[in-house]
Order: sequence, then structure tokens, then C-alpha cells
Amino acid sequence: MLQLASLGIVLYAFWILLSGYFEPFLLGAGAGSALVVVLLARRMKIVDREGHPIQMIAAVVLYWPWLFKEIAKCAWEVSRIILDPRLPISPVLVRFKPSQKSQVGLATHANSITLTPGTITVEAAHNEFLVHGLTRASGAGVIDSEMDRRVTRVEGYR
Amino acid sequence: MSAALDILSWFCLVAGGAFCAIGALGLVRMPDFYTRMHAASITDTVGAGLMLLGMMLQAGFTLVTVKLVMIGLLLLFASPTATHALAKAALARGLKPLLAAGDDPSKP
Repeated sequence: MLQLASLGIVLYAFWILLSGYFEPFLLGAGAGSALVVVLLARRMKIVDREGHPIQMIAAVVLYWPWLFKEIAKCAWEVSRIILDPRLPISPVLVRFKPSQKSQVGLATHANSITLTPGTITVEAAHNEFLVHGLTRASGAGVIDSEMDRRVTRVEGYR
Repeated sequence: MSAALDILSWFCLVAGGAFCAIGALGLVRMPDFYTRMHAASITDTVGAGLMLLGMMLQAGFTLVTVKLVMIGLLLLFASPTATHALAKAALARGLKPLLAAGDDPSKP
């Protein structure tokens, strides 16, 4: 119920911010559209703790600045590799076990790994991630990493 | 104040463009499919991110900035998903990655 209300509010805010018009007809049409989408989503049973994880919002917003810092740092390293005439790469495939329990936590961790340049999650399963790293160091860096711990804290699994 | 903002915004736009160019150069220089994807991920994280930031500084507190933030959020969720799907499809179809010699650092 909380998730449905939150989804409706987010969809309506999305409509208003994208349109920028405040005429009664358009405001009403937006409310109608948001309501229809909420009803459809409920019928499809995709609005739950996993599909619309409002319990994670505060923690995720605190996690993003750290993630952006990591992305900037790794992008700088990969840029230096690209511009280096010797092209010092040593690609590796690494398997390891992530510490998250929920689907949404695993997805967050896998996406964070892929977002940071130099590492790509190739396979993401409950007990094993397969990560391709541009260098041996970046590949080994994803095993039991600080990112892993931070995402598990964000997930707050119960 | 506005001059400082302009300079900061130009800096972001130029740096974003430079990272896009570096990503493109990496796309050409890297030896195989998987390493090329690493180069491309520079373009769609730092390159696009810095350019969006530069444009937000130009737009100020307007609805345009809100829309730019939405584009940024879309990139933040869509681009790793697309990259992952591409890499997984390539591996599933049997495209072997070029790997460096040495022991496996895995820890299953």
C-alpha cells in the first residue's frame, strides 16, 4: 500500500516536471494517467519491496556520492591506459561470491561494478558474479570490495 | 558570479568532450570485444555525466535542469544494464575473451 502510494506520487511528479504546464486539463490528465499506471502495475504484481524499494531510497542517495567518486577515479585510470602508447592491459575474468541477499541488492552491486570503468559484470547470479576486468588489478579489486560492503549496508536485508 | 559559473560550465563541457574522445580512441585501440566495452564505458559515464553537469550549470534552477537530471538518472540505470546484456550475450554465444597469462585471482 505504501509502495503503491509512493509510485503514484512519483509518477505524477514525473508528469508535472516533464510537461511544465499547469492547466487544469493537463493536471487532471496527468493524475488519470498516473492512476491507470499504478492500477496496471498492481495487477501485474510488480509493486513490492523488490520492484519499488522505497526502504532503500535514503541509503542509496547517500551511496551515490561515493559511487561517483569511484567512477571518476576508475575513469581516470582507464583513460591513462588508453592514452599510454604501450596500452598496458591485462584482461582477466574473475568469479566471486557477492554478499547481498535480495535481488535488488545484487542488481545494485552488479550495476555499480559495470558503471565503474575497467570492470564489467558478465554474469550475475545469487551466489556468483563473473566480472571481466581490463587489468589484473581492477579485476581482483572487485572481490570482497568496499563496494560490496557498502551495497550490503544499503540493501539492509531483513 | 555568473562569469565563474560560465567558466565552470565550460570546463565541464570541454572535459566531458575530451573523455568522450578518449573513449572513442580506446574503442579503436583496444584488441578485442570485451576490452573495447571498457573504453566505451568511459564515454557513457564520465563523458556524458560531465556534459550534463555543464549544461545544468548553464540552465540554472529551471525545469530544463530537472529534465537533465532525469536524463542522468536514466543513463545511470540503463547504460550498465545494456553493457551487461551485451557482454552476457557475447559470452553465451561463445565469444572467448582475450585473457592475459597468469594465475586466476578468483575467489568463489
